[in-house]
Amino acid sequence: MKAARLSVIAGMAIAGLVFAGCSSGSGSTGSSTGLTSRGPITYVQGKDNSNVVRPLIDKWNAAHPNEKVTFKEQSDKADQQHDDLVQNFQAKNKNYDVVDVDVVWTAEFAAKGWLQPLEGQMAIKTTDLLPATVASATYGGKLYAAPQTSDGGILYYRSDLVKTPPTTWAEMMSDCSIAKTAGIDCFAGQYAKYEGLTVNVAEAINTAGGTIVGKDGKTPTLNTPEAKKGLQQLVDAYKNGNIPSAAITYQEEQGRQAFEAGKLLFLRNWPYVYSLAKTDGSSTVKDTIGLAPLPGNGGGSGDSSLGGHNAAISVYSQHKATAHDFVQFLESSETQKFFATQGSLAPVVASVYTDPTLVSKLPYLPVLLESIKSAVPRPVSPFYPAVTTAVQDNAYAAIKGDVTVDKALTDMAAAISAASSGN
Amino acid sequence: MSSTTAGSSTTVATLIPSRTAVRAKVRVRRKGSAQRVRTGISAIVIVVWCLLPFYWMIITAFRDVGFTYDTAFWPTHITLDNFTTAFSTALGNHLGQALLNSLFIGVCVTAIALLIGTFAAYALARLDFRFKGVVLGLILGASMFPGVALITPLFQLFTNIGWFGTYQALILPSISFVLPLTVYTLTSFFREMPWDLEEAARIDGCTQGQAFRKVILPLAAPAVFTTAILAFISSWNEYLISSQLSSDATQPVTVAIASFAGSQPHQEPYTAVMAAGTIVTVPLVILVLIFQRRIVAGLTAGGVKG
Amino acid sequence: MAAYLIAPTIVLLAIVIGYPIVTAIIQSFQKDPGLDAATGQFVSGGFAAVSNYAHWLLQQCMNASGNTIACPPGNLGSGFWNATGVTFFFTVVTVALETVIGTWFAIIMNRTFRGRALVRAAILVPWAIPTAVTAKLWYFIFSVAGIANALFQSHILWTSDTWASRFAIIIADTWKTTPFMALLILAGLQLIPEEVYEAARVDGASTWRTFVTITLPLIKPALMVAILFRILDALRMYDLPAILTGGGGGSGNATTTLSILVVKQIRAGYNSASALSTITFLIIFIVAFIFVRVLGTNVVRTQEAQQKGTKA
Repeated sequence: MKAARLSVIAGMAIAGLVFAGCSSGSGSTGSSTGLTSRGPITYVQGKDNSNVVRPLIDKWNAAHPNEKVTFKEQSDKADQQHDDLVQNFQAKNKNYDVVDVDVVWTAEFAAKGWLQPLEGQMAIKTTDLLPATVASATYGGKLYAAPQTSDGGILYYRSDLVKTPPTTWAEMMSDCSIAKTAGIDCFAGQYAKYEGLTVNVAEAINTAGGTIVGKDGKTPTLNTPEAKKGLQQLVDAYKNGNIPSAAITYQEEQGRQAFEAGKLLFLRNWPYVYSLAKTDGSSTVKDTIGLAPLPGNGGGSGDSSLGGHNAAISVYSQHKATAHDFVQFLESSETQKFFATQGSLAPVVASVYTDPTLVSKLPYLPVLLESIKSAVPRPVSPFYPAVTTAVQDNAYAAIKGDVTVDKALTDMAAAISAASSGN
Repeated sequence: MSSTTAGSSTTVATLIPSRTAVRAKVRVRRKGSAQRVRTGISAIVIVVWCLLPFYWMIITAFRDVGFTYDTAFWPTHITLDNFTTAFSTALGNHLGQALLNSLFIGVCVTAIALLIGTFAAYALARLDFRFKGVVLGLILGASMFPGVALITPLFQLFTNIGWFGTYQALILPSISFVLPLTVYTLTSFFREMPWDLEEAARIDGCTQGQAFRKVILPLAAPAVFTTAILAFISSWNEYLISSQLSSDATQPVTVAIASFAGSQPHQEPYTAVMAAGTIVTVPLVILVLIFQRRIVAGLTAGGVKG
Repeated sequence: MAAYLIAPTIVLLAIVIGYPIVTAIIQSFQKDPGLDAATGQFVSGGFAAVSNYAHWLLQQCMNASGNTIACPPGNLGSGFWNATGVTFFFTVVTVALETVIGTWFAIIMNRTFRGRALVRAAILVPWAIPTAVTAKLWYFIFSVAGIANALFQSHILWTSDTWASRFAIIIADTWKTTPFMALLILAGLQLIPEEVYEAARVDGASTWRTFVTITLPLIKPALMVAILFRILDALRMYDLPAILTGGGGGSGNATTTLSILVVKQIRAGYNSASALSTITFLIIFIVAFIFVRVLGTNVVRTQEAQQKGTKA
């Protein structure tokens, strides 16, 4: 019976694309109320690094004195932002009007009925947006949030040691002999047991041509030679030392630290590393930092995992028309440029990446655009918390060499299907 | 064991007034330098063990953010930037307000927990009633449920009654978290008190309440004060509930520090967090030390007079 | 009389702790929401009987075709017994260390010497730093390129190696919480009249003998309360391992405690997490019950019993 239900859901997910236009709002009671109502609203977001949101809100408030936006700032930790949103949605908090949702929570919140579908009069224009960012905000064929900021992986390399950056994983591995000669470590990403591990494992599997779950967001698709190849590459590199043993403790910051200290030849990390490695007093790579898209698997660059946030409207909001306007304000090219220059936040609007003045300020933009163009959202699954645990636990054990790649993938697949079967 | 206790409680009555004198005598007669050297070495080891990580925290707090991961053991790249960052309201850091909030919440929690904890402990130590074991079990049981699982129901409860972001929504849970410990410590200390003294005071015409306040409480001062420190610091440390139920106006320091962020996404603001940690730790320690002298001395003096 | 004195405590605890426990127990018998096939939306899961409990205790999971299977690695349920073992290991080791070191701290603090105020201030420091900051501090210290490895010229993976990561947590926890023990024991020591030691000295007893035969029995009530509450707290340990290792280390779960499992499960499904919380509650209850019965009888001894003991 369960199986039958699941396959129906799978079918629905695909059919959803077709029906998206005409299906009315699903079960949730709040989704059709207050659509035309205007008034003051609250915008909820995690810690505002480098003061981007406040000036934007000031600007908005000056132009909309009767529809002022109040900024509710959450903690700097993603887990706590998630829990805070869940608590407030469960309590049907009317004062959480527009919420900033991590790309990986969008499906979960949408399936819980907490997010206002952006359709009909709430629709937004998505044609200028990068396709991967739109995919991350889409669940069951419906758009539930507006992509707000993005993020993609970049391969940093030492331009004094490597003349042309590797374009494939195999090339990068053979370049590791350069690191050996120079007496430094070769490559690192993020392999500590946390969300960053899922990002890196998903990248490896996607780049090798595999996927973690199917289009329905629930059925594991790990029993393929491609998925195996992807994970095997990480496992082999860790085993033979191309990825240093210390990398099993790395989150973003430890990798940046090692790279800035000149101890790493290649580093997979986010765009933020660039400006810090250029300016940090302790950085030894200020003039020798090179940027490239993540190495691929023969055809084009690697498939980065997509990071970033989407702006969503709560179904419990009392002033959805204002909320809708504010979301569109966040999408505007001008706002997107401000995100990039003031906060080093990757824009979701493709045209911003080629703006000459921006590129001169943020030289990593062209590389980042390529990364995000080929980026793949991490599994868009309403069961994401369980899916990421399944990936992290098993990949961690495999990388450390405690289980074989085959067993890790089998267990990962079993744990993912258990997650969507109510465990 | 019980005979020793009993012995002490009968003899203490006569000896209390001259206790300070006894102490002085003992100090003079304390056997020679061997013990003093051992005490000295122990004291140094303890201070180093307790302060070494704290030292590293301070060093980091004064270090330029561009040198966050410097491992030089001595201060290098010294700057005050991290402290300005910690207090910068323009960056959304409300540490100043948060310090006041934590202080206010801590004082309320300590005062209320001690007050109602003392009531309960007195009853449990002094009075005989049915179901005492059950009551003790219930109070202890409150410390057995994973704190992380209390958040969701409490959030629902407090938002339903409109308490979200209020001080009482932060104070009540904190009191409940320290009450079991408060009641148990006070009960165990009250039991060791020389209750004959209370009897004597009542014969002199005191009510039971007066006798307790004027005779027993001063004797229990060290224990009460210790319990107060434990309660205050526990409230000072509370994070889980506050992180979900406080607003910008009521958030305590733990929440304020947790929301510090680097200048870039993904950047960990270690230096600013360490600066904030230093700011909240040092005044607290000084405060406790001052209070310890004043309060304990005051209470004990009162006891001797009574 | 007694009822009035105790009522405020009981009422407060009933609201803030009792109410959540009762709701958790009720919720633990409900299934977590599942996806509705037609809408792709979550719908209430219905009555679960004891399946949430079986999930944790017996590692029973459902697979995609609705059959009961053993929970695969990577499912939180499969980590239950491991987490229980890890939690007990941390509890035994940290509480033992903290008791011994705390007693030593207290004895030194109770002596009169120059600089005693400094020692008392120093001891307060680790405990006065908010746990959230402490955990960050130790995470920073134990980073591969951090000060711990720099000082010892070592390359230990403090947040990944099975035993190194466990000891990193034990070191941090002991540093942080020993002052709690020390302060409680000190309060006990301060209640011992000096003349008791005088008598021992007249008898010519050694320092160790004085400690074992006189000090220890007299501070036992305070010590027992301190140990009891430390055990309860250690069994619910969350912050330190969560921030230091994220529960990782070893093959991935070497430092996952029960509370870490609860938090992860709350994110994945609240009702199942309620069952785990209830199980954790029962485990802690049993431990506390055994402790009070076997070791700490005088924790709950009544005044009357004590007086009877006096007369006997």
